[in-house]
Amino acid sequence: MRAMVYRGPYRIRVEEKDRPRIEHPNDAIVKVQLAAICGSDLHLYHGMMPDTRVGHTFGHEFIGIVDEVGSSVQSLQVGDRVMVPFNVFCGSCWFCARGLCHNVNPNATAVGGIYGYSHTTGGYDGGQAEYVRVPFADVGPSLIPDWMSDEDAVLCTDALATAYFGAQLGEIVEGDTVVVFGAGPIGIFAAKSSWLMGAGRVIVVDHLDHRLEKARTFAQAETLNFTEYADIVVEMKKQTDYLGADVAIDAVGAEADGNLLMHVTSAKLKLQGGSPVALNWAIDSVRKGGTISVMGAYGPLFSAVKFGDALNKGLTLRMNQCPVKRQWPRLFEHIRNGYLKPSEIVTHRVPLEHIGEAYHMFSAKLDGCIKPLIVPDAA
Amino acid sequence: MTLDEQLDRTPDAQVPTYTPAGPPRPSADELRARIPGWGVDLDPADRPSVPKLQLDPGRTGAHWDFPERQQEEPPRERSIEHRFLTPVFGTAQPTRGLSGAIRKLAYARWSDAQTAHWLALIAADRVDVVEGFVGSILSGHPDNLLAETGIRAELTGDGLRSRTGDGRTDWKHQWMDPFVVAAPWVLAGAGAVAAVRRLLR
Ligand SMILES: NC(=O)c1ccc[n+]([C@@H]2O[C@H](COP(=O)([O-])OP(=O)(O)OC[C@H]3O[C@@H](n4cnc5c(N)ncnc54)[C@H](O)[C@@H]3O)[C@@H](O)[C@H]2O)c1
Ligand SMILES: [Zn+2]
Repeated sequence: MRAMVYRGPYRIRVEEKDRPRIEHPNDAIVKVQLAAICGSDLHLYHGMMPDTRVGHTFGHEFIGIVDEVGSSVQSLQVGDRVMVPFNVFCGSCWFCARGLCHNVNPNATAVGGIYGYSHTTGGYDGGQAEYVRVPFADVGPSLIPDWMSDEDAVLCTDALATAYFGAQLGEIVEGDTVVVFGAGPIGIFAAKSSWLMGAGRVIVVDHLDHRLEKARTFAQAETLNFTEYADIVVEMKKQTDYLGADVAIDAVGAEADGNLLMHVTSAKLKLQGGSPVALNWAIDSVRKGGTISVMGAYGPLFSAVKFGDALNKGLTLRMNQCPVKRQWPRLFEHIRNGYLKPSEIVTHRVPLEHIGEAYHMFSAKLDGCIKPLIVPDAA
Repeated sequence: MTLDEQLDRTPDAQVPTYTPAGPPRPSADELRARIPGWGVDLDPADRPSVPKLQLDPGRTGAHWDFPERQQEEPPRERSIEHRFLTPVFGTAQPTRGLSGAIRKLAYARWSDAQTAHWLALIAADRVDVVEGFVGSILSGHPDNLLAETGIRAELTGDGLRSRTGDGRTDWKHQWMDPFVVAAPWVLAGAGAVAAVRRLLR
């Protein structure tokens, strides 16, 4: 089969690989119909995630058709059209009962299992390929509702679910001012979700004008380009009558820009688990007693987070990898009612054979790119 | 905007934040009219992750207490913070070569809590890249370093205009990317030169 493979930092290619096989009685093999590149994949692509092996196939956002099932699979049949949450999980362990599986990632206890996300999250090849092994087929995947489009479905496997979850962790109450750092897919969807929770104002911060434009049109948010201000935190205070925002959502993560030293020590030199610029802005921009929801991903090493400010301001910091499947029933209602139209943020649809260019474009933010989708059999 | 332009210096004692009132909040009716779906999840009971951690036994689709064990072959490295190899695991890219030896050591020797664990894994990643490059030549599918960077997107994706149009700030470090790509080759090359010199001496 054809699959994207990692060759080294900033380098990937498409290779012929063995088709995955059933390795456990509850496995399924899914033929991928549509996949996406996530901001999280960029951390792998840039060589920031420890134990990213040459030959690894990325991709934790994908949908497809069930091609083969293991002997104990009960709920899926060959030919079913399924969406697969980015988390691999067993559905039965003590942690699973709490949304954080412990039975699928031998490589670390500091993180669960994720498709195509290095060996640090379990060593599973991902969905930017023609076929993918899906463990615990009775637990993870769901049938895609008939009325749902492929593009909406693939965005539910991570980006939309994560953002919707991120807004929930913000504990938004009616009338709250919510500031979202990052106008990527996660930030834009989080801004939109904040309204559903009853936000009174939603402000999105980034430095890419084309993405801020999308935040205004898609998510009806106010926007700030942080490069236009000498001090973005002062601006946040000014914009909020000197109170500070009630809630901040970090939708940037490990490669945050805005402070060259922080960016270079983490993204280039790997001396920090991630650049804490956006997280520190969040800590300083919210009001005393405010809440911060961290959706941006950080690596397992330490980062220079302004913890003292968080303590002294009495902040609540909440975070997690998104438990994707739990979001689905409610998210589906919102999509069906037209409150959320996820596919509107898709900017590029790229054949698998050209995925190298898609990565470069998404990484360097070229051509107005917001969300690229990957089509395996675009021939 | 300079900091001086940014600062607002009117000595207005009525700034609501400094009194118990707090700033005014927009009305729900106005928001509902402006934003489709506004407030549909106002009630925390409608939010699927409130509370964040919840028990839903019997609803996950699992029909086992403890999953059947996947066969282990070849020996699979694991975190020493685990009691045993998890019943299910990924089998992509088993450890091999020098990078594999470093990885095995990183897992066997240090827990997730130790910085050495992660630094060893990052070092192994760099070794793996060099091994992968050499291996690609031996296997007859040599890496095409330039093509693999996807650099062609600079042309198809309007690289120059994309960078100059926005008020963006990432150009300050994007020029470093080629050096990150080249670093393992430069280091390996320097190592080889040093080794040859030592042999000749
Ligand atoms: N917790 C989870 O389950 C989960 C799931 C998916 C993604 N993520 C993480 O969410 C983050 C965002 O994902 P994405 O797909 O939107 O990525 P993305 O790369 O498309 O978006 C990140 C955005 O942040 C902007 N940015 C950079 N520095 C900033 C700063 N200091 N302040 C404000 N904005 C800044 C960038 O310009 C970019 O637009 C990533 O770190 C990703 O790993 C987490
Ligand atoms: Zn993701």
